[in-house]
Amino acid sequence: MGSTASTLSKIPDVETLMQETGFTPAHMVRLYDRFKALDKERKGHLCPQDFGAIKELAENPIGDRIVGAFFSQGQETLDFHSFVRILAHFRPVDKDRPRDPNVPEPINSRSNKLKFAFQLYDQDKDGKISRAELLQVLRAMLEMQVTEEQLESIADRTIQEADLDRDEAISFDEFRKSLEKVNIDHKMSIRFLR
Amino acid sequence: MGPFFSPFDNLLCMLLGISFTVWFTLLLVFIIVPAVFGVSFGIRTLYMKTLLKVFEWATLRIERGAKEKNHHLYKPYTNGIIAKEPTSLEEEIKEIRRSGSNRDLDSSSAGSSEFEMSDIFYFCRRGVESIVDDEVTKRFTAEELESWNLLTRSNYNFQHISTRLTVLWGVGVVIRYCFLLPLRVTLAFTGVGLLVFFTTVIGFLPNGRMKNFLSEKVHLMCYRICERALTAIITYHHSENKPKNGGICVANHTSPIDVIILASDGCYAMVGQIHGGLMGVIQRSMVKACPHIWFERSEVKDRHLVAKRLNDHVQDKSKLPILIFPEGTCINNTSVMMFKKGSFEIGATVYPVAIKYDPRFGDAFWNSSKFGMVNYLLRMMSSWAIVCSVWYLPPMNRLEGEDAVQFANRVKAAIARQGGLVDLLWDGGLKRGKVKDTFKEEQQKLYSKILVGTQEDRSRS
Repeated sequence: MGSTASTLSKIPDVETLMQETGFTPAHMVRLYDRFKALDKERKGHLCPQDFGAIKELAENPIGDRIVGAFFSQGQETLDFHSFVRILAHFRPVDKDRPRDPNVPEPINSRSNKLKFAFQLYDQDKDGKISRAELLQVLRAMLEMQVTEEQLESIADRTIQEADLDRDEAISFDEFRKSLEKVNIDHKMSIRFLR
Repeated sequence: MGPFFSPFDNLLCMLLGISFTVWFTLLLVFIIVPAVFGVSFGIRTLYMKTLLKVFEWATLRIERGAKEKNHHLYKPYTNGIIAKEPTSLEEEIKEIRRSGSNRDLDSSSAGSSEFEMSDIFYFCRRGVESIVDDEVTKRFTAEELESWNLLTRSNYNFQHISTRLTVLWGVGVVIRYCFLLPLRVTLAFTGVGLLVFFTTVIGFLPNGRMKNFLSEKVHLMCYRICERALTAIITYHHSENKPKNGGICVANHTSPIDVIILASDGCYAMVGQIHGGLMGVIQRSMVKACPHIWFERSEVKDRHLVAKRLNDHVQDKSKLPILIFPEGTCINNTSVMMFKKGSFEIGATVYPVAIKYDPRFGDAFWNSSKFGMVNYLLRMMSSWAIVCSVWYLPPMNRLEGEDAVQFANRVKAAIARQGGLVDLLWDGGLKRGKVKDTFKEEQQKLYSKILVGTQEDRSRS
């Protein structure tokens, strides 16, 4: 026991980080401890192998895609700031936030949560989910359990339903439209305990 | 040349000599003699009670101080930092779809199970949850305490809260490092030295009852001295279930000290790899007095050889019960991990033992990736004390139609229940290695059942 102030002082730029992400000081301390626990070799940053040590993540069919989402374009290291910024996507939406057009959208807005999910599908980051990319995700989630034909038919049907401009791919807007009614906030949020 | 020694020097030498003698006499009378005979003066229990009162005061002081200064108290949670919902894959996906479905709900498949783009949310969230907090990685770091025990190493942010507290902490440091630590190191060397010496001497005797009797006494005595070297305050429960000859004793593993704790209350045949250096010397001399099972490094890989030697030992009823730690590695004493099935295949009676350390006095967990052995022992010897409880559980045998893995799990569950530890299915080997792909298949199977199940319905209708 002790006060959070001294741990917080170990984190560089913690004030801006808290403003940006909306995490409380208690959350920041917890996440910092978690970051250090994952960084077993005490390098000061994380690399993809550190995530490999998390058993439940390795069990997850799209585990490696999620890890990929943390490491932006070709980077091999993840510092604490980026770690927290990505996790901020999963904070529950602040319902009382005033809709101020001048303030940039918070990281955990509905739209940004959708963007995060979108990039799990769209691996080549061209802004569209192609048929091939959809098949890849399906394969990851189903592997040996389903035949290739079944996978292809599922993919075809999904594109048919969501693809409104008939370009054989799903853009972000089409993605968003097809998920209009889903309670994103609930499904893409993690409740942090005090 | 003038007088070499001034009267002051003389006085100094005399004082040193006297204090040394007093020191050693006290040591002998209060610690070594009781260790030899297995009695106790109760000094350690008194010490423990005093310490607890001091810790309580310290905790209250910190809380009060924090309230006065309006600081945010950092209270560690052992239950995790996020609220995980225990819903299953099926329930969640149905719920996601029900809320997002654009089709009519009463169409052919209510709660219809065909692939939806939103299915990925479930996996995504679960994945990120495990990044933030997962069951297994927690077990390999030291347990977090609810109150402070005046050791800086268990306090994440030591800050000046009050003068009295800091003074108390300072006094604690002086006591621990200047008084307790040298005392304990002396005892440790005495204990180990006596062990090596006596077991070598006994080794010269012919095999027989006399030798076994003496060997037992010597082992017990030396382990008790080592126990006192750590100021270990151990409570043994249910001693009527103590392991007997021809059996195998299994226990949960937190640190190398477990061996000392168990061996000061009974005689066991140890199993392990032969090391070099000091450990090797101790091992070699121990085996002269009574049969332990030491393996060469090359033999360890050969599972059949290991099993055969264990079996041979167990068949011989005159040999001591074997002591084995089936988890294979040190766990932080909040849970019990998967037991390796080797020792459960032999078919001997298994005597389970649960060991639970009280973390308030010192963290006994050996994090081998963080500390080496010597560093660890020094930390142990400069803590307040090692307080633990040992429960001897009733013997278990493999039942008809039960295979080694099921038997191992049954024993593990009994140990976890008794010690108040969490019973986990995960392999302790995961501390260092990666998860096998078979686990991923489980998730895939579950998910495909939801989808493919209705593909078949569709083709039927």
